[in-house]
Amino acid sequence: MVNPNIATCQTDKQFADKIYFLPVTPYFVEKIIAKERPDGILLGFGGQTALNCGIALHDSGVLQRYNVKVLGTQIDAIKATEDRELFVKAVETAGLKTPRSFAVTNANDALKAAEKIKYPVMIRSAYALGGLGSGVCRDAKELSDMARQALASAPQILVEEYLEHWKEIEYEVVRDASDNCITVCNMENFDPMGIHTGESIVVAPSQTLTNHDYHKLREIAIRLIRHLGIIGECNIQYALDPNSDEYRIIEVNARLSRSSALASKATGYPLAFVAAKLALGYSLTEIKNSVTQTTTACFEPALDYIVVKIPRWDLKKFRNVSRKVGSSMKSVGEAMAIGRTFEEAIQKAMRMLDIGAYGLVGNSDNKANPKSRRGSRGISGMQSYDLDDELANPTDERIFAIVDAIKEGYSIKQLHDLTGIDEWFLYKIINVVEIEKELAEAATKELTPGLLKKAKQNGFADRQIAKITCAKANDIRALRKKHGIAPVVKQIDTLAAEYPAKTNYLYLTYNGNGDDITFSSSHKKIIVLGSGVYRIGSSVEFDWCCVNAVFTLRQLGYEAIMINYNPETVSTDYDVCDKLYFDEISSETVADIYEKESPEGAIVSMGGQIPNNITLKLNEFGVRILGTTPGSIDQAEDRQKFSQLLDKLGIDQPQWEELTSIEEAKEFAAKAGYPVLVRPSYVLSGAAMSIAFADDDLEQYLAKASKVNEEYPVVISKFIMNSKEVEIDAVAACGKIIIEAITEHVENAGVHSGDATMVFPPKKLYVETTRKISEIAAKIAEALSITGPFNMQFLAKENEVKVIECNLRASRSFPFVSKVSKKNFAEIATKAILGLEKANGRPTDAANGVSCVGVKSPQFSFTRLKGADPIISVEMASTGEVACLGSTTYDAFLKAIMAAGFKLPEKNILLSVGGDDAKIKFLPYAKKLSELGYSLFATHHTAMFFEKNGIKATMLHKVSEDKKPNILDYLDGRNEEKLHLVVNIPTAFTKKELEDEYVIRRKAADYGIPLITNLQLARLLAEAIAAVKPEELEVKAWDEY
Amino acid sequence: MAGKKTALKEAKIVLQDGTIFEGFSFGAEKSVPGEVVFNTGMVGYPESLTDPSYKGQILVLTYPLIGNYGVPNDSCDKYGLPLNFESEKIQAEGLVVADYSSEYSHYTAVKSLSDWLKEEGKPAIFGIDTRQLTKKLREKGVMLGKIVVEGCSDVKLEDPNIRNLAAEVAVGKKTVYNEGGKRKIVLIDCGVKLNIIRSLVNRGCSVIRVPWDYDFPADKELDFDGIAVSNGPGDPKMCTATIKNVAAAMKKELPMFGICLGNQILALAAGGDTYKLKYGHRSQNQPCISPATGRCYITTQNHGYAVNMKTMPAGWEELFVNANDGTNEGLRHRSKPFMSVQFHPEATPGPVDADYLFDEFLRMVK
Repeated sequence: MVNPNIATCQTDKQFADKIYFLPVTPYFVEKIIAKERPDGILLGFGGQTALNCGIALHDSGVLQRYNVKVLGTQIDAIKATEDRELFVKAVETAGLKTPRSFAVTNANDALKAAEKIKYPVMIRSAYALGGLGSGVCRDAKELSDMARQALASAPQILVEEYLEHWKEIEYEVVRDASDNCITVCNMENFDPMGIHTGESIVVAPSQTLTNHDYHKLREIAIRLIRHLGIIGECNIQYALDPNSDEYRIIEVNARLSRSSALASKATGYPLAFVAAKLALGYSLTEIKNSVTQTTTACFEPALDYIVVKIPRWDLKKFRNVSRKVGSSMKSVGEAMAIGRTFEEAIQKAMRMLDIGAYGLVGNSDNKANPKSRRGSRGISGMQSYDLDDELANPTDERIFAIVDAIKEGYSIKQLHDLTGIDEWFLYKIINVVEIEKELAEAATKELTPGLLKKAKQNGFADRQIAKITCAKANDIRALRKKHGIAPVVKQIDTLAAEYPAKTNYLYLTYNGNGDDITFSSSHKKIIVLGSGVYRIGSSVEFDWCCVNAVFTLRQLGYEAIMINYNPETVSTDYDVCDKLYFDEISSETVADIYEKESPEGAIVSMGGQIPNNITLKLNEFGVRILGTTPGSIDQAEDRQKFSQLLDKLGIDQPQWEELTSIEEAKEFAAKAGYPVLVRPSYVLSGAAMSIAFADDDLEQYLAKASKVNEEYPVVISKFIMNSKEVEIDAVAACGKIIIEAITEHVENAGVHSGDATMVFPPKKLYVETTRKISEIAAKIAEALSITGPFNMQFLAKENEVKVIECNLRASRSFPFVSKVSKKNFAEIATKAILGLEKANGRPTDAANGVSCVGVKSPQFSFTRLKGADPIISVEMASTGEVACLGSTTYDAFLKAIMAAGFKLPEKNILLSVGGDDAKIKFLPYAKKLSELGYSLFATHHTAMFFEKNGIKATMLHKVSEDKKPNILDYLDGRNEEKLHLVVNIPTAFTKKELEDEYVIRRKAADYGIPLITNLQLARLLAEAIAAVKPEELEVKAWDEY
Repeated sequence: MAGKKTALKEAKIVLQDGTIFEGFSFGAEKSVPGEVVFNTGMVGYPESLTDPSYKGQILVLTYPLIGNYGVPNDSCDKYGLPLNFESEKIQAEGLVVADYSSEYSHYTAVKSLSDWLKEEGKPAIFGIDTRQLTKKLREKGVMLGKIVVEGCSDVKLEDPNIRNLAAEVAVGKKTVYNEGGKRKIVLIDCGVKLNIIRSLVNRGCSVIRVPWDYDFPADKELDFDGIAVSNGPGDPKMCTATIKNVAAAMKKELPMFGICLGNQILALAAGGDTYKLKYGHRSQNQPCISPATGRCYITTQNHGYAVNMKTMPAGWEELFVNANDGTNEGLRHRSKPFMSVQFHPEATPGPVDADYLFDEFLRMVK
């Protein structure tokens, strides 16, 4: 297994025999092949990255040289799907249709092609993940801009017929070497063509296709996949004309994809498992259906429910970003909901997004009057907007705009014309709006059991009904119970009840009158709450924690019950746990499940912030919380309570105050001195967290913060400059720490911990600092009587240590420290929670006996986030992370940044260092780079400073200056040598980063040039490339460290 | 559930064992008895409802969202065959679904499912836990039952299988399609799905559709190259005339192709036996393996009876076998030009994987 994503379950010992935490690049994979001499290689399981790497290894002759067999779909077939020209040819040979399309290599040819096709046209780039570099161009200007940009990162782009408002349909196809071929699932995009399927609401199975449509496309899929010779799993995407029998094949992905993960969860058909078997040469008929365990895997699942997937975006976190969604992917996660009506499923999914929505409706503050204008935009933060524009040119919040438009009296036709969304879906949303109206009317009269039941059957949550009817959620729950209105548990069995299922893949619905399962068990049951939707700040790490908790529970003989709804996770593999409830992680749903199952209790500390946030409520509903008590969790989460505790314990913290008015905030800032940090409590990933340098900053930030979370107060604290940030991950039992791991950040405080480069074991911390940190952690553990996992963050400056925050749950870095130290924190925590693991004297330092260094690097997606300022700050922006191991920090660091997609500079480096202090601090490193033979370029002030200090750097003019040599020419590399690295250290932390600096950063992202915006990181990079040559980087498996 | 403004009428489905599921009526306002069967297909309600094999049965669809794309028009092709349906009318006695979509959307739709059902006088009920109902049928086997609509007179349970259902749905007189086609196929109509006819005429055949009991071996005037025995409702043993006629044709070694009920009739004509399955196969995802090639095909099925392979006389072999439960899915004679399949190669609704069998049949016909 080669994967630098250390937080995944697949890089766990029980999943692979040998694991390399190394970049999935031809260079490293070749080294691994040379070392391991494998017989075969699987390319279709690691997404586009793995596929591209495999093609490169084949093309360079590496696979042949080492006699490595490609298992499953062969390279020729992969290429026929990846190279557009080959693909179109193959489709034509099979007698099928693709959109009219021209492959071009320059912008001029693109314009010519567009004239033949007629605007609007669509451009796409070959070999691209997530629709990167693709978009709709309505005129020549748009096309020429977009084509240039796309051609910067791809040698070839396509100009295509734009099938506006056609239906977008996908099929997941499986074929074995004996030519058995099936379609496991089809899916229909709620959002029509023009919006990337990863950006679309998707339903499975298709809803608006007749038998003719469904089976025509199915037959085409099978015909084409046979023609291409794919073996294993693939995905085919279609555009289907809503007004005729016309179709176009958009693309085939000859690998497992996001869609196949969704399809697996939507159907219960384990696509990756089956694809792996097929790659090994099994035929479909030799594999059993994993759910029934009696019938064959050579069949097509029949669903008796509907699945709705909604993407989760985090666009609000980015400054300047375009919020429009389109053909390039910007979402960071997805929620999948299962129901027996569309209304039920979509309303669940809306809540699962965890963006504050109660459902499709009922989100307004003006709850008594759902007809009020802009009613559903309560969570959006946007004051007013152009409804027609929002409908026609969607942002991440179009679904709310549809609701608004319905309330404004838009006709179905108007809605359909603007959005292109099939009327069937729109009717269903109208239905939800109608029920909201009925509920609002009932608020003044009486909420009848009939209406309550109808609302529940249409996916209304208790708290949503409460909001609409001006009642309390608890009262709605009580009313439900009084009338016996409760959800039933249904199984996902792949055969619509035709055969009994042996697995417990479950969901709740109000559209039924009986449970599929019984709840008696010979084992003690424990519920583990999952991590929910992936978003910036909460990703695969928490899933790893949950899965390890579940494994530990099962090993110890418990029946492990998982609740989670993220189709991308391992915890939602139904064979990982004893019972999987693929449903909401809300107090309502968890309590409903708890009441049916009567387990020993629930573990809430593994799934991150979502379960953490409902702990108090669950406790109130009678759910027994295992591990640290809800009271203690609240004491750590509530800033006020936590601060009082720190004061009581004599632990230092940055000066802070709870905020009630802007005037008070200004007073505080005047007293403590700027800069100050503003943040709401109860948040993860620094939502709405900001540093303010002056009064007007403060006002602006406060406005933003209060909107994100109204239920909890906002906190303002003194921001300490030039301070190191250090974290501790630990497990305690009954207030005594069992094991701990201290991790240092490369970047100084001011960079969110999720965006920081982390080093473990720490290499640059004073012994005194670590001693103090351990001591504080021990005090906190005792004071809060912690049992289970926890994480604390500290500021460290000249051996002074201040506590920033404390989370009584597993953290983002748990898998990282667990894997580097080879001590499984999640397992230890689970045992501690069960009372099976106790502290034995002093805490174990996880760093003891660790002979390597692990460096964790963030992965950013700025290239995709059009307009976003690619800068790291207190608000988390990274969308993933990787970690590599090495004998030295430098070795591990270089591999880690390469794994995150960073290309080590070949020659040309642009330096733009803001502020005298930073310039002085960076000077020795610039000298080093110069000595190493790099060609340095610099912006005006930086160049002058370097010149004064004897470093040669070519001065480049700002983009806004119409003078040569200009930065722009070196960024786009058309007329000048292209830059290989841009180091832009923003001028202090001022609010308005100079527009010119923003342009440099943004263009660097657009042209795919590696960018560093942090001084400490830039210094480490310079040191590292001076210390280690790329060819000297270690290629060692995990177990060799 | 889809909320229509008009007040909903309550309705219920009552099973033989006394189980009652309550919902709302969205079809004709009348109560009907029938054999309650479930189908797990996710698309194709217009095709299923008009499939004559559902005669006498109350159809439960396990896919919960039904009615989404409305109902297409009843225009006919140049042979006079309705383009969008499997027979001229709704054949199932009643329909049971979970969530009916009163609003529909499709460019081919001309009316709602509800309106169609009302026009055709067929009751339908939504708001039912069709999964629970299906599990009951799976565990206890298909049962008699009835749909009872509020305010309509109740009905008694009736076993349709004691009637000759094929006779009720088959064509009344000889009809020829695509006269002058290259090959002439006699199609014995025991309740044929129209796509069987379309599949043959589209291959250039002339199809002579005759009633289920038509004594074609005795018809000296009848000029034909091959015989197709259609699908149809009920117990194959009720089709005594068909069995007798097919047996006579077998003696003459005339090329023949049986589909669904036709498979059972060929078996009975050859001297084999059939039996009733506990809850039948009604779905679009039945995997059938060809023992000869090992290849597996996804097929569409609708049958409650099956051939007992052990009773088949020498010379017969299994053409297909169900990959899930090992039941017989087709027969072939080792030396004579007889083949039949238990599934529906003509699809509609369902996958078209087995469409190639019509070509195989025609190769046999030569």
